[in-house]
Amino acid sequence: MSFAPTSRRPRGEGLRALLWLSPWLAGVAVFFVYPLLSTVYFSFHRYDMYTLEFAGLDNYRYLLHDPRVGVSARNTLWLVAFMVPATVLFSLALAQLVTRLKAGAGLLRTVFYLPSLVPMTAGTITFVFLLNPGTGPVDHLLSLLGVRGPDWFGDPDWSKPSLTLLSLWGCGQLMVIFMAALLDVPRHLYEAAAIDGAGPWRQFRSVTLPVIAPVLMFALVTNVIYALQYFSQAMVASRVASGVTDSPGSSFSPGYPEESLLTLPQWLFQTGFRDYSMGYACVLALLLFAVSMIFTLILLRQFRGAEAGEGS
Amino acid sequence: MSARRRRVLLWIATHALAVALALMFLAPVVFMALTALMTDEQALTSDLWPRSWNWANFAAVFDRSLLLRWAGNTLMYAVLGTLFTVVSSVPVAYALARFRFRGRRTAFLVVVTTMMLPPQVVAVPIYLVWARAGLTDTLWPLILPLLLGDAFSIFLLRQFLVTIPRDYTDAAKVDGCSDLRTLLRVVLPMARPAVAAVALFQFFYCWNDYYGPLLYAGVQQDHLTLSLGLATFKAFHSVQWNLTMAATLLVTAPVIVVFFLAQRVFIEGVTLTGVKG
Repeated sequence: MSFAPTSRRPRGEGLRALLWLSPWLAGVAVFFVYPLLSTVYFSFHRYDMYTLEFAGLDNYRYLLHDPRVGVSARNTLWLVAFMVPATVLFSLALAQLVTRLKAGAGLLRTVFYLPSLVPMTAGTITFVFLLNPGTGPVDHLLSLLGVRGPDWFGDPDWSKPSLTLLSLWGCGQLMVIFMAALLDVPRHLYEAAAIDGAGPWRQFRSVTLPVIAPVLMFALVTNVIYALQYFSQAMVASRVASGVTDSPGSSFSPGYPEESLLTLPQWLFQTGFRDYSMGYACVLALLLFAVSMIFTLILLRQFRGAEAGEGS
Repeated sequence: MSARRRRVLLWIATHALAVALALMFLAPVVFMALTALMTDEQALTSDLWPRSWNWANFAAVFDRSLLLRWAGNTLMYAVLGTLFTVVSSVPVAYALARFRFRGRRTAFLVVVTTMMLPPQVVAVPIYLVWARAGLTDTLWPLILPLLLGDAFSIFLLRQFLVTIPRDYTDAAKVDGCSDLRTLLRVVLPMARPAVAAVALFQFFYCWNDYYGPLLYAGVQQDHLTLSLGLATFKAFHSVQWNLTMAATLLVTAPVIVVFFLAQRVFIEGVTLTGVKG
């Protein structure tokens, strides 16, 4: 960026900027700062929407003894450790494949991209149907190969891998991001590497990977943050697979089968908006906030390079 | 000779793999459509191909659910939400990208942080505010906050606006344009693709949102959105996979149609989110 000393009027611009930003700043205050402070306040209270009673550190102490915190944290961790790397690597491989296509590239790219637009509820219900034990098309096709399919969404060991399949199917957006990054790699670097006798794997490691590293890192961290928020797919899959509706006051136990799909945000939702233990829900919210903040800070370090080039 | 043969084999292998994967990506939608046309009884078997084509299943979905009502609610949420987002986020992104002021880095960091924060973190106090205002059981708690800007849209627009050379806005200023005029006459026409992408993303976000409506509108059948209604549909028609798949197809179809109408905008928007970071 060029230095433009003539247009530098810091004081005047500061006031004008404040004017332009003021609606958004009000929004941040009302929908971010205030609720965050309230969450801290409520976390020291017993609160069911009607009576507010000081509870000291009780909610925090309960966190340590709540078996479902362990379960939901482990489930969320599973998503971070397996679903995220699987989705990111699969998207990268798919992007790599699509950029190499010569015939029908546009059509195939569209086919891979489209599922990512299918409404989340629709996609999840479809996958529960596809993987329905016995009657689902996938089990039918597997039986033609002589394989007996597992109980998919009914088996606690298979429910998260089943959702991972759904996540791979919807990887189109990430694939497009990787495609753009791959097309940015200067072609002459490959030519030079090929002359030096580098094979495809060596070219990927020594040429592609270093160039796309920032995008890869960005994708990993954003997907980890989204995994920490993982809620809708798990909830819809539980609901549809168990055949029970969830409504306030119902006895629906979240995370079917056997709490294997109970994620941290879901446990927060259940305690706060179904059991109305809002004080304790706030403790869970702060836990989620702390973990998300760590990854957001890692992400922000990624921005530093891009910001520096712009000259502030 | 052998090098050329190897290249031909590689070409065949790559394309075969891509076609095989593409068929797997298409299969869920194909099975969805085939099951949507089966009879109740056949949908409970492992048959893949419908014995008779029951187009009336689609009519049955409209009869047995409030699908049109849900579509209306969803449309209101998506249209107003998109409108509010664009109107409120463009000025913020403009200020963050164009003005030089102390704390603008901090402001940008706040945008990224609010964008990355799980919505569940601040849900309890915000819910209580809307409950006190008597607006729970409506979609307004989801629509109204968008009047004050949406972090993701601000982020995306700002990423685009910083790439517009300063010379254009400086020239406008020399010509005596006010900030507002510069935004409307110079910056916005150049930023049309980014604004279109933001609008489209927000529209789809609202259209597909499940968590927000579940929190606020999730009790009465006639207040539901499509995503919420669809999730309850299966429970009310527990053994009827054919109707469930017909409903799923009906909810998915508009999204696919919009994609084909605005394909380029989607791809540009996605690329913008990931690459210019």
